[in-house]
Amino acid sequence: MPIDKFIKLESAAVPLPIENVDTDQIIPARFLKAVERKGFGDNLFRDWRYLEGDEPNPEFVMNNPEYSGSILVAGKNFGSGSSREHAAWAIYDAGFSVVVSSFFADIFKGNALNNGLLPVQVTPEYLEEVFETIEKDNKAKFTVDLENQTFTNNTTGSSFEFEINPYKKTCLLNGYDDIDYLVNMKDEIEAFEQNR
Amino acid sequence: MEAKTLFDKVWDAHVVKKVEGGPSVLYIDRHLIHEVTSPVAFLGLKNRGLKVARPGQTTATPDHNVPTTNQHLSIVDELSRNQVDKLKTNCDEHGITFHGLGTEGHGVVHIIGPEQGLTQPGMTIVCGDSHTSTHGAFGAVAFGIGTSEVEMAFASQCIMQPKPKRMRITVDGELKPGVMAKDIVLYIISKISTSGGTGHFIEFTGSAIQSLSMEGRMTVCNMSIESGARGGLIAPDETTFEYVKGRKYAPKGEDWDKALAYWKTLKTDDNALFDTEYTFDAADIEPMITYGTNPGMGIKISENIPTSDGLKGNDKKSFQKSLEYMGFKEGEPILGKPVDYVFLGSCTNGRIEDFRTFAKYIKGKKKADNVVAWLVPGSAAVEKQIREEGLVEIMEEAGFELRQPGCSACLAMNPDKVPAGKYSVSTTNRNFEGRQGPKARTLLSSPLVAAACAVSGVVSMP
Repeated sequence: MPIDKFIKLESAAVPLPIENVDTDQIIPARFLKAVERKGFGDNLFRDWRYLEGDEPNPEFVMNNPEYSGSILVAGKNFGSGSSREHAAWAIYDAGFSVVVSSFFADIFKGNALNNGLLPVQVTPEYLEEVFETIEKDNKAKFTVDLENQTFTNNTTGSSFEFEINPYKKTCLLNGYDDIDYLVNMKDEIEAFEQNR
Repeated sequence: MEAKTLFDKVWDAHVVKKVEGGPSVLYIDRHLIHEVTSPVAFLGLKNRGLKVARPGQTTATPDHNVPTTNQHLSIVDELSRNQVDKLKTNCDEHGITFHGLGTEGHGVVHIIGPEQGLTQPGMTIVCGDSHTSTHGAFGAVAFGIGTSEVEMAFASQCIMQPKPKRMRITVDGELKPGVMAKDIVLYIISKISTSGGTGHFIEFTGSAIQSLSMEGRMTVCNMSIESGARGGLIAPDETTFEYVKGRKYAPKGEDWDKALAYWKTLKTDDNALFDTEYTFDAADIEPMITYGTNPGMGIKISENIPTSDGLKGNDKKSFQKSLEYMGFKEGEPILGKPVDYVFLGSCTNGRIEDFRTFAKYIKGKKKADNVVAWLVPGSAAVEKQIREEGLVEIMEEAGFELRQPGCSACLAMNPDKVPAGKYSVSTTNRNFEGRQGPKARTLLSSPLVAAACAVSGVVSMP
């Protein structure tokens, strides 16, 4: 389905200072049984977010009303493991449109971009600063500007220029998805098949 | 002519178009699908009013959700049943070959592809599953994709992909007795970490890799994703050609000769450059096991669990959190730790060679009373061969039973779940928190180590 446009966002952030957050933590396999894309946000970080008996875990950041916002900030190597796009859907459906980390797993990054969820990769030092800012003030705001490829810490004024593939940037700014592009290449693909 | 790596040769031969400043439009030879990551893609296709463009290049099997006993009965879990049924309906609607439960072609998607000769050298192969890297063992460029990309492959037989960087990992020398392909790959990941391969496609080479059977090579490539790599591959050789020849979908007659001539060109040129290189000595590798909650946390069984000395900040916290989850202490031996469950199976180690190794070790011994063992063949064909070779009798005499094919306890989407707090020695690929069931504790190992643990009831050296 066509993706939502992403242009600019100003928001508080939710910190998850854990490394190697794998896709089984983002959404455990037992919640992948739907045949439609709905309801995945409820099971985001399921086994950290809920105690046994589906009681919310008061110690998990998403259950703490002090924290809110549509930016998720996580430790390095975020999204390793399975190819399940449900991980990107769960994060997006739970209200996040940006994930910040110092390192992303490849498949997760691709899945995120295909769903209008922007992965912002920063240096380990910059990531530490972001965590520190949130620790001091959990309402601290950050600004993500896709056109200029900047992530700005509004509190300190420090800005980070992040990388994104120019093609994917165009897709996100305009809400395009790859399938329209590929379907329009029908003749070229057929010609490729003929010439092999 | 420019010197090219094996990976470049296969990739470049499939680029329909390179998008300016963007990814490549990559042509896909084989698209494998299963019940979990396909339904939303089929739905997307329907919403756009499209049909699957090349159903003949698409093959389906339900594997992630299926029970491993009583497969002739209707699946009890309603959501699982619905997903499996939906795959069948979608395949019927689009004319895709479907290998259902109880049929001779059924099994874990990455086991049946090679078995049926669908997997061939020089191909591009995708599946909505990260362990698609398995097929790289044949010199194919094979990798896992998300559901949006499954929809792209359905709609156009192409996907959009940035070209990964090239990495070469050479393992030279002779392997010690008792060291299996699984130990090689667990060793490599313990050295380069679970993010060491990120952004790369890995070519595995060296005499220790070349000495492996196709089954062993598949185990190595299967787990290349656990290093963060997009995939792994091994140059095809006589072992590869011998394996492919005569299989159901392998080329025949003149087509075979033509294919073989091409496959023989699929190797890295002498002067080709890699972005990253690692070399390991086979003599340094011993039977391995993991002690933590990612596949990079592996040690030789004879070693002690590492300590957090020298780690700081989030690295230290993550390490400690991992040991706390596992119920282990820093610096203590892993040998002798309790084992409650043993799982033999999965796309990593569910092939015939794995069952032969397991059976040979347990022959004449008895399963430890404290261990629950799940022996799950990777496919109906593997199950048949296990029976034909008389391995079932050996297993039964030792107190084990054989189950029916599926992904099973590797990711516990079916009823095979390890209970909270229990220790499972598993021949699978991921020891993530909760992977084998909520709060279950997984120790990854080879089939041989799993067999030793199953008869001794504790973590043991085979």
